[in-house]
Amino acid sequence: MSPAASENSASGSGLAERLTGFVRALRAQGVRVGTGESVDAGLAVEVLGLADRERLRAGLAATLLHQEGQRAVFDQVFDLYFPRTVGAPDSVTEGQVSPGREELRDRLAAALAAGDGAGLEQIAAEAVDALGGYGSASGSDGWSAYQTLDRLRPQTLLARVLAALRAEAGETGSEAFTDRLTADEIRRRIERFRGLVATEARRRVAERRGTDEIARRAVLPSADRVDFLVAHSSRLAELHRTVGPLARKLATRLAARRRRAARGSIDLRRTVRRSLSTGGVPMRPVLRRRRPVRPELVLLCDVSGSVAGFAQFTMLLIQALHDQFSKVRVFAFVNCVDEVTDLLSRGRADPAGLGGRILTEATVTRWHDSSDYGTALGEFADRYAHTFTPRTCVFVLGDARTNRTPPGAAALRTVRDRARRVYWLNPERRALWDTGDSAASVYADVVDMYECRTVRQLGAIVGRLLPV
Amino acid sequence: MGTIEDLAEDMDVTAPTGYFASVDEVADRLAEAGYLASPAVATTVFLADRLGKPLLVEGPAGVGKTELAKAVAEVAGARLVRLQCYEGVDEARALYEWNHAKQLLRITAGREESWDETRTDIFSEEFLLPRPLLTAIRGADPKVLLIDETDKADVEVEGLLLEVLSDFQVTVPELGTVKASRRPFVVLTSNAARELSEALRRRCLFLHIGFPDAELEQRIVRLKVPGLDATLAASVVRVVGALRAMDLRKVPSVAETVDWARTLLALGADTLDETVVRQSLGVVLKHQEDVLKATAQLDLDAV
Ligand SMILES: Nc1ncnc2c1ncn2[C@@H]1O[C@H](COP(=O)(O)OP(=O)(O)OP(=O)(O)O)[C@@H](O)[C@H]1O
Ligand SMILES: [Mg+2]
Repeated sequence: MSPAASENSASGSGLAERLTGFVRALRAQGVRVGTGESVDAGLAVEVLGLADRERLRAGLAATLLHQEGQRAVFDQVFDLYFPRTVGAPDSVTEGQVSPGREELRDRLAAALAAGDGAGLEQIAAEAVDALGGYGSASGSDGWSAYQTLDRLRPQTLLARVLAALRAEAGETGSEAFTDRLTADEIRRRIERFRGLVATEARRRVAERRGTDEIARRAVLPSADRVDFLVAHSSRLAELHRTVGPLARKLATRLAARRRRAARGSIDLRRTVRRSLSTGGVPMRPVLRRRRPVRPELVLLCDVSGSVAGFAQFTMLLIQALHDQFSKVRVFAFVNCVDEVTDLLSRGRADPAGLGGRILTEATVTRWHDSSDYGTALGEFADRYAHTFTPRTCVFVLGDARTNRTPPGAAALRTVRDRARRVYWLNPERRALWDTGDSAASVYADVVDMYECRTVRQLGAIVGRLLPV
Repeated sequence: MGTIEDLAEDMDVTAPTGYFASVDEVADRLAEAGYLASPAVATTVFLADRLGKPLLVEGPAGVGKTELAKAVAEVAGARLVRLQCYEGVDEARALYEWNHAKQLLRITAGREESWDETRTDIFSEEFLLPRPLLTAIRGADPKVLLIDETDKADVEVEGLLLEVLSDFQVTVPELGTVKASRRPFVVLTSNAARELSEALRRRCLFLHIGFPDAELEQRIVRLKVPGLDATLAASVVRVVGALRAMDLRKVPSVAETVDWARTLLALGADTLDETVVRQSLGVVLKHQEDVLKATAQLDLDAV
C-alpha cells in the first residue's frame, strides 16, 4: 500500500476530504461532475479499498468520467490527489547516494531496451530527484520536468539502445522481420518516459506548494480547452483529432433542433383525410411538415498568422458537417479573398496540411503579407454577396485586427443585408477586443460577434447558431 | 386494473446484482469463460455488479465489448437478453407489441361475446409480444441485458432506455405496471457513431475499452488460437501495434489480430517474414489504400 493511501485509510475524514478536493479539481478542469457521481465515487472507494492504486483509478474513472476525451486530464489530477508515493524515492530516503547522470542514463537505456515499465517509473522518480530540483538547495524552490529531461536527454539514447538490441540478437544469429519495428517502439517508450518524468515532477511540486494549487496550474488542459491562439503546434494534431467526435455531437444536436423546429402545427386537411380510415374520427393528427430544404453555409476566414489554427479547425469542423447543409462554401483571406471550398473537400486525408495548401494554392495575399480586413470584406461583398440566397447563413472568422487599415464596415453591412444571418466568431479574449489595432466593436455593431477561444466554446456556440 | 405479475414490493433499483465477490473473482471467472479482462475492465464490471448500475462500454470496433456482456452472462449463469439497436428501432421492437393478427382472429372468433368481454380478453398477456426491454425485467431468473450498439438507435429511443433503466419498470396501459423483481445486469455498448445524451451517460458507469497492451493481446491471441507458437504470437502483436500507430482509415482491432494469427497458423508459417506479411496483410487491413500505405511504411516492396 502506498504511504499516501495508508495515511488516508487511518482517518476516514482525510479520505473524504481528499476525494472532495479531487472532484473539485476535476470540475475546475472542465469535467462535469454531479453530486450523484461524487456519491458513486465515494461508494467505489468503499467497495474497492485503497490497496490497489490502479483499481482505484479505474473505479473513480468509471464513476466520474462520461467520455474518453477527458481521460488525460483525469489521470493527471488522479496522480496528484492519489500519488504513488510520498516524498523522495525510497532508494534516496534509504540513504543511498543519489545516482549521477551517467548512471541514470545507463539504467534508462537498459529499461528502454527491456520495455520494463516499472523500471522506467523508478528511474523517472530518481531522475527528478537527482536532476530536477532547483533553488538554493536542490528542490528548495521546486522540481522541473523540463530541467530533468534537458539534463538526462533520453532521446539521445535511441541509437545506443538499438545497438545493444542488435548485438543481443546477433548472438542468437537471426535477423527477424520485426527488427524494423524496434526503432519506433523505443521512440514510443521514450515518449512514455517523458510523461512519467512530468507526472513525477508535478507530484513533488505539489508536496511543496499544495495539491490544489498545482492541480489548478500545472495540469495540461484537455484539448478542447486549449486557447486556439496559443495552441502549440504539438497540440494542433491533438486538436484535429477532436474534429470527428465534435462533428458527431453537433450533428446529433442539429438533428434534435431540426426535429423540434419541424414539430409544427396540426395540418387539418390531412388529419381529416386520414380520419376517413377510422370512420371519420380523427384518431391521429397529422402535423404540418416544414420544407425539408437545408440551409446554405458560407464561411469567410482570416487565415493569417496567429489565427490560422482557429480558422483551420473551424473549416475542418464545417467540412465534417457538410452533409447537414444543402451547400457549404468556404472563403479565405489575408488581404484578398479566394474560395477554398475545393481545397478543403479534396484534402480530407491530410488535415494538418490544410494551412499550407491554402497559402500555396489559393490567392489570399497580394503585394504584402499582412491582414487587411477592409479590402478583403470589400472584395467578398462585391464578388460573392449577390450569390447569397434567403437561406444563406454567413460566419466570419477572425480577430478583427486590421493593421490599422480602414475596417470596411460598409462592406460587412452589404453582406449582412444580403444573407439570412451573419455571425462573427472571434478567437480573441473579449478583454482584448478593441485594444491596439482591433476593430472588434466596429464589426460587432453590424453583426453579432462571439468570443470563441477554445474548441469547447466553439462547439457550444456553433451548436446553437448553426441554422437548421 | 390488473397487473401481469406480482409486483415486487420495494425493490431497490440500485440493489447489487451480486454475481461476484471480488475484482479478482471477476477476472478469474471471465478468463475461464474465454474473456481476458484488463484490470480496468475487471474492476469496472465488479463495481457495476456492486453498485447496481448499468455499464456503458465504449470503444473502437472489435475490442470485445459485446463479448464482455456475453461472458458476464455465461459466468453469472444468467440469461442473455439482447437488444440489438439499429436506425429506426422503436418501442414496438424494443419494449413490447400487441399481436394484432392474433387479436383479430380472437375478435372474429368470439362474435357472440360482448365487446367489453372481448376487449378485456385481447389485451391480456396471451396477446402480448414482449421485446428485450420488457423480457429483461420480467421474471425472477437472473439476466444480463445487453443493449448493443446503442449509438445506432435514434435519439428518441434513449428516452425510452432512460425510463426503463431508471426504475426498471414498464407501464403497459392496458395491463398495468411491470416492475422488475430482480434487476438485470445491464451492459450498453457504443462505437460513438453518435454522441449519447448526457442524461443516459449519467445513469451509467462508464468504461472505455481501448486496444489492449501487448502482453494482454498476446494472451488473447494464444487463448483464441491454440497451437500458435509463442514467438509468432509476439511478432503478430508487434506488427499490429505498428499498424495501429500508422494513420490508417481503419486500424486493426483485436478481432483482426486473432484472424491474422489464425490465418498464419493455417498457412503453416512459423515466423513472420516479408513474403508472409505481404501475402496476408489483407486479413488485417480492410481498405486497399491502407494496405498500400502499410506496405510502404513496413518496407515490404523492397523485393
Ligand atoms: N479481452 C478479450 N478476451 C477474449 N477475446 C477477446 C477480447 N477482446 C476481444 N476479443 C475477441 O475479439 C472479437 C471481437 O469482439 P466483439 O465482437 O465483442 O467486439 P466489439 O467491441 O463488440 O466490436 P463491435 O464494436 O464491432 O461490435 C471477439 O470474437 C473476441 O474473440
Ligand atoms: Mg459488438
